Amino acid sequence: MERDTLHRLLRDMLLARAFEERAAEEYTKGNIVGFLHLYPGEEAVGAGIINAAGPSDYIVSTYREHAHALMRGTPARKVMAELFGRATGMSGGMGGSMHMFDSKLRFMGGYAIVGESCPIALGIAYAVAMRGLPEAVICFFGDGAVNQGTFHESLNMAGLWRLPLLFVCENNHYAIGTEIHRHSAVVEVFKRAAAYNIPAEKVDGMDVQKVYEAARRALDRIRSGGGPQFIECDTYRYGGHSMADPGSYRPAVEVKAQKAWDPISAAIREVEYPTRAVLAEVGPDNIGQMTAHMVEAGHLAEADVEALKKEVQAIVEDAAQFALQSPQPTMEAAWAHMNCNRHHEVLI
Amino acid sequence: MSEELLYWQALNRAMDAELAADASVFTLGEDVGLYGGSYRVTEGLYAKYGEWRVRDTPISENSFTGLGVGAALAGLRPVVEIMTINFMLLALDSIINAAAKIPFMSGGQFSMPLVVRVPGGVAHQLGAQHSQRLEYTLMNVPGLRVAVPSTPQDAYWQLRQAIVSDEPIIVLEHELLYFSKGPVDVLAEAPPMHRALVRREGHDLTIVSYSRHAVLSQEAAVELSKEGIEAEVIDLRSLKPIDWDTCAASLAKTHRMLVVEEDCRFAGAGAEIVATLTERCFDSLDAPVQRLAGLDISTPFNGALEAATIPRVPDIVAGARALCRPAQGSNAGTKSAPSPKSTSTGEAAAGVAQATTAAPKTAPLETAGAPKAPAAAAGKGVPVPAAKPAAAPAKTKDA
Repeated sequence: MERDTLHRLLRDMLLARAFEERAAEEYTKGNIVGFLHLYPGEEAVGAGIINAAGPSDYIVSTYREHAHALMRGTPARKVMAELFGRATGMSGGMGGSMHMFDSKLRFMGGYAIVGESCPIALGIAYAVAMRGLPEAVICFFGDGAVNQGTFHESLNMAGLWRLPLLFVCENNHYAIGTEIHRHSAVVEVFKRAAAYNIPAEKVDGMDVQKVYEAARRALDRIRSGGGPQFIECDTYRYGGHSMADPGSYRPAVEVKAQKAWDPISAAIREVEYPTRAVLAEVGPDNIGQMTAHMVEAGHLAEADVEALKKEVQAIVEDAAQFALQSPQPTMEAAWAHMNCNRHHEVLI
Repeated sequence: MSEELLYWQALNRAMDAELAADASVFTLGEDVGLYGGSYRVTEGLYAKYGEWRVRDTPISENSFTGLGVGAALAGLRPVVEIMTINFMLLALDSIINAAAKIPFMSGGQFSMPLVVRVPGGVAHQLGAQHSQRLEYTLMNVPGLRVAVPSTPQDAYWQLRQAIVSDEPIIVLEHELLYFSKGPVDVLAEAPPMHRALVRREGHDLTIVSYSRHAVLSQEAAVELSKEGIEAEVIDLRSLKPIDWDTCAASLAKTHRMLVVEEDCRFAGAGAEIVATLTERCFDSLDAPVQRLAGLDISTPFNGALEAATIPRVPDIVAGARALCRPAQGSNAGTKSAPSPKSTSTGEAAAGVAQATTAAPKTAPLETAGAPKAPAAAAGKGVPVPAAKPAAAPAKTKDA
C-alpha cells in the first residue's frame, strides 16, 4: 500500500474517532440534541471504502454518517455545525445528525429510514448507466437493512440491469438492539447477494487496509463493466445504537473482546515504527536496513502518530468552537427550502 | 388546431413530447415498456426511445419509486408510473420520506424533478383494494404538489408542466377518464399548472370539484339549469396548491358553495377546501359551505353498492338544490330565499348517496354533452369531454 494512502486512512480514522468523541461530549452538554448515532469501532469501514472512491463517484449513506462525510472531505466545521443545527451546517441546520448532504462532493445524503439508501443509490446508478459515464455509486447500509424489502428489490434491479453500484454492508451485528442471529435466518450477509447474481465478498471490517483493497477491487470491476458488487464488512460499534441507547443488551465480555480489535489501534500497530525494544531484538546490524524499508513503506514514528492525534484534536476543537459560535438558521430559510415552488414557476 | 383525443392519448402525446425534447427525461414502471402501459399511456414509446428511457420494472413499487428519487438527485427527470394508487401505498416511503423531504433536508442543495403518475379512483367493480382515492394522503405532505387533470387537454398540459418542473409532483389520473374524449390543442398556451378553471359560469351557487367529479359536476349543472338553478362549476385541476382566489371570486358572486369529491368524506380533500374557504369567505356566504363526498366505507364489489358509495350526478343535483332551496327540497323551479341556519345539505347529500342504493344505475357519463361553453379563467373555454364509462380495469387494452 502506498505511503500516502496508509497515512490518509489512519488520519481519517483518527479524525472520525476524535470527532465522534467530541460529539458525544457536546451531546451531554446539551449543545447537540435529538438522535445521535456514533461511529467508533466502525472507522475502518468508512475510511477504507470512501478512500477507494474517486471524486466523481457518489456516496449514499445512512443515519450513522458523520464520519462518512468527514472522510469524503466535508470540513469538520460544517459537519459539527450541522450536529448543532446551525445555519453554517452542511445542510443549513435543516437536516441534522441523520440527514447530511454535500452536493459538491457527491455526498448524496444520510437517510434515517433503514434500507432507504438502497433505492436512492439504485436511482443514481441508473442515471450513471443511462448516461454511460465511468462513475460508480457507493451505497452504505447496516445489517439491519438487509431484512427490508428495499434491500432485496434494489439488489434485484441492480443485478438485472448491471448498474455501477457498490453495496457496502456495515455489519455491526446489531439491528438496533437485536443481534444478527436473532434477526436473520442467514447471518452471512454477503451470501444474500448471490440470489441476485451480484459478486460479493466478506472482509474484516476492523482492518482498514483489507477494506480499502476490497473496495478498490470492487470499484475496478464496476468500472470495467462488471456490474454491481457487494462487500460485507464485519465490524462492531463500541457504543449503543445512539446516544439514547446504553447498549446494555450486549454482553460486557463481547464489547470488551471487540474493543481489543480496535481498528485504529490495529492500524497504528501496522504503521508505527518499531520501538527501541523491538529494534534491540532485531539487532544493531539490521536497524539501518529495516528503518529504510519501513520509512519507504510508510511507517510512522511514535511521535508522528502523536502529532497526527494532536492535529485531529485541533480540527475537532476548532469545529466545535465554530459550531457553537455559528448563527441559528431562520424560519425564512426553512420556508425557502420547503416551498414547493423553489424555482419560481407561475403556479396559479 | 385542436384534435379530438382520448385522455390516455393526450398523456401519451405529452410523454412523447418531453422524451423527445429532453434526453434527461425517462419513464419507468410496471409494464410501461414492451406492454405499452396498463392504460396505454406509454404505448409506442419503448420502440421509439429504447429500454433505458422507457424502463419496465419488477413489481417493486417502493424501490422503483426510490430509483426515481435517486435518478432525480443525479439530474435526470424521471416519470414514475405506479400502476394504481393502491400500490402507491407501498411507495409512500420513497414519496413522503424521500422525494418530498430531500430538497428540504439538504438545505436546498438538491432539486427533485420527479413526476409520479398514478391512476386511481373508483372504476368498475375492481374491489376494495383497487378502488381508492388517496389524495388526502398526498395533500398532507409538505413539499409535494398534486395535479388532478380532468380533461384530455389538461392531461396533456399538466403532465408536460410536471415533467419540466424541478419539484416533486404527483399526477393523479382517474381510471374512468382514460377513455374520455376531448379536444387537445398541443400548440395552445397552457394556463399555469395549478390554476383552477371555471368550467361553467353561473350565479346561484358554486360547485367546486376536481378530476372525474368535475366532469360529473358539469353534467349536474346542466340538469340544474333546467330547474332554473345556474351553477358555476370550478374544476380545481390541482389539489396542492389550491387556487383559492378563483374559488373566493366565485363565492363572492354566488354566496353558496358545494364541494364535490369522490374521496371519503372524513378528513378528505373537501374538508380542507371547506375549512379554508369558510375561514376566508365567511362574509360572502349565505349558507355554510357544504360537502358531497364518498362514503366512509371500503368500496364494495357489488356494482349497485359501489355506485352508491360515491356521489353521482343526481346526488350533485340534489345537493345543489338543497343548498339553493333548503325549504323546498326537491321542488324544482320555485325560488326561495335560502336560510343559512336551515340547511343541512352535507348530511342530506351524503344521505342521498346512501339512499339511492337501490336506484337504477344512472349512466351520467353518457349524458355528457357540451354544456354552456365555459368562459374559463384562462380564456380557453375548454369544453367538457364526453367521458365514456369504459370498463377500464388494469390491463384492459381496449377502449
